[in-house]
Amino acid sequence: MRETRRGLSFYLLAAFFALFVLFLYGPTATILILSFQGPDGGLTFPMNGVSLHWFRNLFEQQAVGDFGGSFRRSIALGLAVMVLTVVVSLLAGFAFRRRFRGSGALFYLAVASLIVPSILVSLGIGLMFNILGLEPAWYSSALGAHLTWTLPFGLLIVFAIFNRFNPAYEEAARDLGATPWQTVRHVVLPILLPSLVGVGLFGFTLSYDEFARTLMTAGSFNTLPLEIYGMTTNVTTPVLYALGSLTTVFSFTVIGLFLLGLVALRSHRRRRGAKD
Amino acid sequence: MTVTAETSRSPAPAVARRAKRSRLLPRVAPYLQAAPLTVTLLLFLLVPILTIVAVSFWDYDSVRIYPDFVLTNYVELLTSPVTWKTYLNTLKYAALAWAATLGIGFTVAYFLAFHIRSTTWQMVLFLLCTIPFWTSNIIRMISWIPFLGRNGLLNSGLISAGIIEHPLEFLLFSDFAVVLAFVHLYTLFMVVPIFNSMMRIDRSLVEAARDGGASGAQILWNVILPLTKPGIAIGSIFVVTLVMGDFITVRLMSGGQSASIGLMIANEISLLQYPAAAANATVLLAVVLIMVAAMLRVVDIRKEL
Repeated sequence: MRETRRGLSFYLLAAFFALFVLFLYGPTATILILSFQGPDGGLTFPMNGVSLHWFRNLFEQQAVGDFGGSFRRSIALGLAVMVLTVVVSLLAGFAFRRRFRGSGALFYLAVASLIVPSILVSLGIGLMFNILGLEPAWYSSALGAHLTWTLPFGLLIVFAIFNRFNPAYEEAARDLGATPWQTVRHVVLPILLPSLVGVGLFGFTLSYDEFARTLMTAGSFNTLPLEIYGMTTNVTTPVLYALGSLTTVFSFTVIGLFLLGLVALRSHRRRRGAKD
Repeated sequence: MTVTAETSRSPAPAVARRAKRSRLLPRVAPYLQAAPLTVTLLLFLLVPILTIVAVSFWDYDSVRIYPDFVLTNYVELLTSPVTWKTYLNTLKYAALAWAATLGIGFTVAYFLAFHIRSTTWQMVLFLLCTIPFWTSNIIRMISWIPFLGRNGLLNSGLISAGIIEHPLEFLLFSDFAVVLAFVHLYTLFMVVPIFNSMMRIDRSLVEAARDGGASGAQILWNVILPLTKPGIAIGSIFVVTLVMGDFITVRLMSGGQSASIGLMIANEISLLQYPAAAANATVLLAVVLIMVAAMLRVVDIRKEL
């Protein structure tokens, strides 16, 4: 489809798109600015001077809660969810390439996992642990709750990857005498690697930001989103924005690192490809 | 198939044994590979939901819950006018959020898919839309406060522009704020599947329509829209189920002035009325599943990946 000239509709749509991006990022930018509010400043503009007061406040004030601990727990949980999501959904993706009994049911169970409201998962797992007499904790019940959200996403992405995967590469490897394991290790996995990095990013960030599924499953120690939620109900100073800015910057850093990793992977391969 | 060829060529016993094993392995392999996913979903999705259904028939007092088989939880839930009002309110949120996210999502996806010509730019702009999805929802909600508040940017802007004299009160802590937050959080769930559907449309169809004399609007309505339906259906399923089960957006953005079913369940949980919450959750699940089944009539998801 080649148009020689951009019409009026292009500029209208471009303006709409620009407004949409502003809508997406504008509010976040506002709290980034407001988190540098002076010590006497409030939750809204105008800025009452510029300071790092609220960031310092965040690390000092114990009344705010266990910010450091919840941050560490969220990261540990996110990493565990990331690894499990990549491994489990990749394995399941391999399984679904062949026909097996119950594949239809498993697929619909995975889809159901996406559409069941989060609070039901939270309530259900909480009740289950309660009845079994187990103590819910972020590394057991919350981990399971997060996986019900990240695994279906991982599985769908892996499906999409395999649908675009050319099986001729595998056949070639097999014809050249590679064992099934060698085929996976040296042919399939390297081809899938960039997409698996994407699955990992999904797993980590979805878990790191998950609130509803953690509500009844985190046990006695909060994860970061629970901590932030607690703050929204009883903190009325810009320290809330400081925490918001920090976690947003952290999220952006994680996303940036993943994207950088992808770019590095690609250029590394291109270089190696050129050398061969 | 290569396995059988191998065995017929070299019938040595060791090779035959290996071949036998490697014929068994492919048959068992899918089950082993699917096992971790199956176990996780059974343990943390199916069993918990069955637990909810079971507990919804239990009895409770202010201290604890008792195994029993009573229908009082359902009777109390379904005969209370509050429930019906709350369902109506939740459906209203779902309808408004759905319409807004569909309109915005379709337009954005259409712009990206049909008006951006270089694939690199397409990917860059697409990423730009998806990055906020990977940040905290709660923070994204909070970030509306300085914008919409009584002394927020919007009100002070409108006042200094002379458009209004007194700050608009309906901006924050209102239904407007709730729907705005839903649109802010969930439009991406529309953009991605619709964009995906649009990218699979054969461009020669569009060209053929143009050669046949169709106007831009006709192409959009008669060619692109029908072919984008599967994406629209998937996006709609996401948005509707997310809004139907939501409680945190409604609590934060309405300032406690509005209710949703999710919020009702969350309140019952915090009062430790687990059987009541479970009955409420069971009904909600049934409602959501019916809505999804209706939307699935439009699309076969397995074909859309």
